[in-house]
Amino acid sequence: MKHLIDIKDLSVEEIDELMEVAKDIITNREKYSHKCDGKTIATLFFEPSTRTRLSFEAAMIGLGGQVLGFSEAASSSVSKGESVSDTIRVVGAYSDIIAMRHPKEGAPLVASLKSIVPIINAGDGGHNHPTQTLTDLLTIHCEKKRLDNLTIGLCGDLKFGRTVHSLITAMSRYKNIKFILISPKELVIPEYIKRDILDKNNIKYCETNDIEEYMNQLDVLYMTRVQKERFFNEDDYVRLKDYYILNKEKLKNAKDDLCIMHPLPRVNEIATDVDDDKRACYFKQVEYGKYIRMALILKLLEVK
Amino acid sequence: MNIDSIKNGIVIDHISAKRGMEIYEALKLENLDCSVAIITNARSKKMGKKDIIKIDKEMEIDVDMIGFIEPNATINIVKDGKLIKKYKVALPEKIINIANCQNPRCITSVEKDLDQVFVLTDKENKVYRCQYCEMSLK
Repeated sequence: MKHLIDIKDLSVEEIDELMEVAKDIITNREKYSHKCDGKTIATLFFEPSTRTRLSFEAAMIGLGGQVLGFSEAASSSVSKGESVSDTIRVVGAYSDIIAMRHPKEGAPLVASLKSIVPIINAGDGGHNHPTQTLTDLLTIHCEKKRLDNLTIGLCGDLKFGRTVHSLITAMSRYKNIKFILISPKELVIPEYIKRDILDKNNIKYCETNDIEEYMNQLDVLYMTRVQKERFFNEDDYVRLKDYYILNKEKLKNAKDDLCIMHPLPRVNEIATDVDDDKRACYFKQVEYGKYIRMALILKLLEVK
Repeated sequence: MNIDSIKNGIVIDHISAKRGMEIYEALKLENLDCSVAIITNARSKKMGKKDIIKIDKEMEIDVDMIGFIEPNATINIVKDGKLIKKYKVALPEKIINIANCQNPRCITSVEKDLDQVFVLTDKENKVYRCQYCEMSLK
């Protein structure tokens, strides 16, 4: 039985296979609409994330399966003091696969050690969110038609932004990738990401706090939100939350085929005047998220 | 002191000076009912000064714990007054319940009865990361 806790749990070949299945789902939705008849996914959201939960539920419904679960810890036995290990053992009796979000880092790994059904990490605190990474990879793959030979700008909170860390980890396995790391000095990428991933894999990167400096070189621009819940100090959050606001003006030197991404929800970091630009891919990204989760559910349930 | 001063037991040698007590405490040697000697600042050709621990009893010893604290230590097993086995410890690939994760966001801070597991991710710099949250051990 396989789980997905960390994007590194998947080989490049397995990721490629998921991409191919997801693309086949996009073009042949009917073919997949009964693949999971009689199967149930439990979405256990110990912290709320409506978007991710709905994506998993839409994915399972799109495969003909059923959904059960809870959307916050207050409505589960956790509020009575139940451990993750116990919750997982109980829910495993009611479902075929579990997608789990938890505010504590490492909780899905604990779940996978006790579970009798596959566990998908749907986000654990500021740590991992592998299905977001798969969504990002599918978006890049579909929009750019490749996952190698790309210059990727990552902008915003690079310190706490787990999507950014996971994306760097995943993209570092492809050839000729260059990263432009755009952040205020308070939110720069952690040293261990530079040392253990970028330097170790000889990946080229530049750091800047100016979003426009390398704009003309970018194939992908990945914007992120400064997340309030990652700060212990509210003053720091208020000072940094609107540091970058991408608008049409800032895109004037960008390539015509730039792919602008954002894991959503956005607050102010992308002005709405960018939404109609053909380079804005962040709403398409949401849809890709559903298809890659469908492919992942099929893989983990070993449905052909 | 020589190792032949022990009849049956263990000598932990090549401990950096002043770290003997740390290993003594980590191994909870104070709970043994046999003779235990800690020699500090012993002269050493290789190390200048070193600490040595001698345990006058045949017993299982937590080699991972010793390797984690002092990866250059050597273990000598003595039987009937003779050295029968000598080996160097090494940094263990994994340590279990030797240290606690300090990350307040880690699941280990709330989940009961969970082993505290750290994995060696960078041997050169002796970096261990929590198996659950990947925070490095300070």
